[in-house]
Amino acid sequence: MSRWTRTLVQVTGAVTVGAMVAACGAGGREGGGDETEASAVGITEDTVTVGAHFPLTGVAAPGYSEIPTGARAYFDYVNAQGGVNGRKIEYVVKDDAYNPTNTSQVTNELVLKDEIFAMVGGLGTPTHSAVVDFLNDEGVPDLFVSSGSRQWGDDVAAKPVTFGWQPDYEIEGKIVGQYVAEHMPDAKVGLFLQDDDLGVESEKGVRQFLDDQIVAVERYTSGNTDVAPQIAGLQAKGADIVLGFNTPAYTALSQLVSMKLNYRPDWYYSSIGSDPGLVGGLLSKFSEGAVEGSSALEGIMTSEYIPGVDDPNDPWIQLWQKVWDEHGEQGELTNYRAYGMSHAYSFVQALAAAGENPTRESIVEALEQIDSSAEGPQLAPFRYTADSHLGISGIQIVEITGSGMEELTPVLVTDIGDAPIEEDASGQGDDTPPEGGVPGAS
Amino acid sequence: MQQLLTTALTGLTLGMVYAAFALALVLIWRSTRIINFAQAPMAMVTTYVALVLIDAGLSYWIAFAAALLAGLVLGAAVERIVIRPVEGATHINAVILTLGLFIVLNAAAAVVFGSQYRSFPAPFGLRGFQVGEVNVALTGFGIFTIVSVLVVMGLLVALFRLTDLGLKMRASAFNGEVARLLGVRVSGMLTLGWALAALVGSLSGLLIAGGSLVHPAYMDSVVVFGFVAAVLGGLDSPVGAVIGGLLLGVSLSVVSGYVGSELVALSALLILMLVLLLKPGGLFSHAAERRV
Amino acid sequence: MTKLWSNTLLRHVLLALVGLAVVILVLESTSAFRNAQLTTMAYLAIAAGGLTVLTGLNGQLSLGHGAFMAIGAYTAALFYQGAEPALPVVGVLAVAILVAILVGAVVGVAAARLHGPYIAGATLALAIAVPGIALFFDGRLGGEQGLNVRVPDAPGWFADLLYFVTAHDVTTSKYIAYIGWLALIPTFVLLANLSRSRVGRTWRAVRDDEVAAEIAGIHLGRARVLAFVVSAACAGLAGAVMAMAVRITAPSGFTLVLSLTLLTAVVLGGLGSLSGALIGATLLTFLPQFVTGLGADLGLSDLQAAELAPLVYGLTMILVILLAPAGIVGSARGWQRRRRERPAKAAASAA
Repeated sequence: MSRWTRTLVQVTGAVTVGAMVAACGAGGREGGGDETEASAVGITEDTVTVGAHFPLTGVAAPGYSEIPTGARAYFDYVNAQGGVNGRKIEYVVKDDAYNPTNTSQVTNELVLKDEIFAMVGGLGTPTHSAVVDFLNDEGVPDLFVSSGSRQWGDDVAAKPVTFGWQPDYEIEGKIVGQYVAEHMPDAKVGLFLQDDDLGVESEKGVRQFLDDQIVAVERYTSGNTDVAPQIAGLQAKGADIVLGFNTPAYTALSQLVSMKLNYRPDWYYSSIGSDPGLVGGLLSKFSEGAVEGSSALEGIMTSEYIPGVDDPNDPWIQLWQKVWDEHGEQGELTNYRAYGMSHAYSFVQALAAAGENPTRESIVEALEQIDSSAEGPQLAPFRYTADSHLGISGIQIVEITGSGMEELTPVLVTDIGDAPIEEDASGQGDDTPPEGGVPGAS
Repeated sequence: MQQLLTTALTGLTLGMVYAAFALALVLIWRSTRIINFAQAPMAMVTTYVALVLIDAGLSYWIAFAAALLAGLVLGAAVERIVIRPVEGATHINAVILTLGLFIVLNAAAAVVFGSQYRSFPAPFGLRGFQVGEVNVALTGFGIFTIVSVLVVMGLLVALFRLTDLGLKMRASAFNGEVARLLGVRVSGMLTLGWALAALVGSLSGLLIAGGSLVHPAYMDSVVVFGFVAAVLGGLDSPVGAVIGGLLLGVSLSVVSGYVGSELVALSALLILMLVLLLKPGGLFSHAAERRV
Repeated sequence: MTKLWSNTLLRHVLLALVGLAVVILVLESTSAFRNAQLTTMAYLAIAAGGLTVLTGLNGQLSLGHGAFMAIGAYTAALFYQGAEPALPVVGVLAVAILVAILVGAVVGVAAARLHGPYIAGATLALAIAVPGIALFFDGRLGGEQGLNVRVPDAPGWFADLLYFVTAHDVTTSKYIAYIGWLALIPTFVLLANLSRSRVGRTWRAVRDDEVAAEIAGIHLGRARVLAFVVSAACAGLAGAVMAMAVRITAPSGFTLVLSLTLLTAVVLGGLGSLSGALIGATLLTFLPQFVTGLGADLGLSDLQAAELAPLVYGLTMILVILLAPAGIVGSARGWQRRRRERPAKAAASAA
């Protein structure tokens, strides 16, 4: 009798669990079947839903977590002016803590539960690599990935709906490599790289010009904050200049450890890791104010591809400041927020170009055909065509000074592979924002 | 040569921190026969207390003292409220309890303090100094680390060996029944043991945080290394804990510098297994192991 | 009918068939997102089932089962690197189980000599050491970025069979959900049988009183290693399913938190109870969303609300250990037993 009861309890338990779970999903659509309305997912009469994954927590959060706040402010600004073709933009951001496993799970949620029309600006090379195939399989436009890996745009056949945005690490590596080869031909060069595609691609670009000058290559794993072995390695090989392709926290950490080891080479940090305000803040805190803010970064070289907050007279920065004052949350406009606004701007541009009734297919087409001379904050034009979904084509090398950034080169453009490096003649860097700050159909 | 020196010095400084943490574990083990896996998040919480005070503008030293005080209070509170009910019961329950505490403290810290990586100041400077051609990777803060751990150890030794209170604590740990018969307030001694252990744990938390990034999970791997150090030295021996910590710190630094920092955790595991299989009592103890 | 129930194997198989029917019902009537969640529940339950057997029946507390999941996951991931996997799904799962068994045997032998906090600490070290190995061999194992898993489409015969049974088509997330649950059911049948068999009794004997067990002729070491190997195999299988569900295996997916999460599931459900493992896995899969929603309603920010879930189940774990150490299922059974014994006791005291 007792066995009956127990087994009955177990069976009832199983059925209850099953029913409970099924009840949760009641009203959900059938798994699979036809997708006649697939390309209109995420779009209604008056809204467009987009989303992205960002590291709101974790080791990559310093700096990067501000990007979505900038994008959100710009979307709110556009919505306040009536949206795009009468549709307001809804922006869903989920935290993946720069952890590729989490990225996979939150992207699942974004695509299957929140049903986004497109992903805009998903951040991170290791993180986004985890979901790019899924997004392409599901046909979700994957626009303006916040990462400089070339894989977002160099193989359109394999990834037809993914688009890069910022200059890729390979072209940054090339341009920096050429600069160092020309101005410091006898220097011993060391590389400080994140141990993933970010590092691999940067190294490839740099080696095109500096192969025989490189004496040391050190890699760090994101998440492990002890970089003493790497810096000690660079010091041991006697590198006179170190090129760092890393996230901002690691800029601060490498500077800190170099102080500890009394190692004073010249430094170049990739644009993704070099915001003086952020890094200076971290350093200042570490040393109880002994190391004063951005003075720690003086003399360090980096690159720019959109205007930075150190130049308040730039018309784009004035627009971003206005947007931030009207719609931003607490805190100041920083370079990361400007980055967020810049790619939000590009999305609005693409959405407008996609027509009165945009679909997932039409926005992808619109981007491939976008007029690359259209105004935008980027300093060099996009490279979007039917064969390449790579983004901004060039950078400008600058040096951090006490009062801002000093330009060391003009805007230089190139492409992946063997393409030559040239000065940009398109005038993209000189354009101004449109009236009202919202791009129309271009 | 340079690399060897740097590696050794880094290992020494780090080893001191592991020694402090191991000491905390040993203190609790001696008094209540429990391994407090929650020691790591407890140290993290007290470090956050210090961070809050520093952000509010107070000096590092006030925050330092506050963190140690918070450690005392937290240790006593945890023993009284959470651990008291399971003292003497099966091991598994106590271990699971400390693990539950581990999860709760981590999550609570994230809710209250936020999960951002924050930088934590380090007094006495972060610049290494040079002797001739050789860079000595010992910063002012590193020296402070070594000195403070030694001072705390000395104080504890003095407490245990030279004071009445220390005698009572040792008696309670050695044989609670007899101690009670002799008039010792055993339960009070146990609470005090946990409080002191948590204080030492807070110290190690502050020392690890200095000049580094702090976030709710930053102490998580330390509990494993601290445990290995404590086992290496012998769970019953405070001196062993310190020596174990130093040995472990230097060994792991060597692995990190010469082989790869990814294998540090694996090396710690291997050291642990070697000790447990060859001399389970640790280097300094006389407990018998279980024969299977 | 009672005779039917009293045969252990038959009873478990019948339960399994009922379970299968429920699974099909649920999977077919829920959305793709729910399917993904159910897959998570399935692999957590498999790992939890193995852990509850090890810890509950055999008394060895392992905090390193995340490491065995990692081993199973990476093994499976290596098969799914290219477009055409070398083995069908069943084969991949089998290889993952095998590798986990091998490593489990090695670790089990070492762990058999340890007890209480020592085995906890050693397995804790294992949990953080294994992901480091993946980082070290980053050429083969993808490093921090991990290995992407290209899950193959459902084979033709499966799609046809599913259509025949349910008149629905198959999607990728549903296919993986089926893989998860079709792996879960036989695993639980096996574990339940083991639990009721002589092997299970041996494990319990070793847990309860080593000396008596040895006197009774039980080889302690062998029993412990066997328990460890079985649970490691379950974790390996769970990891392989996880690799397919999450579509990536990276060291960051196998943190300490995963191992502690498994332990929580097991403790909440009740140590030693398979239905408890299932309940624990359900809670872990569905509670976080519920709690996060609650937190957002209470006014917490998104990030804070997300941390509320581990806070809640950590607190629950502590309360369970303090107040109801037998977990949900154990307490329910105890209450049931006391109810049954009350008339008997009353009769005895009246007599």
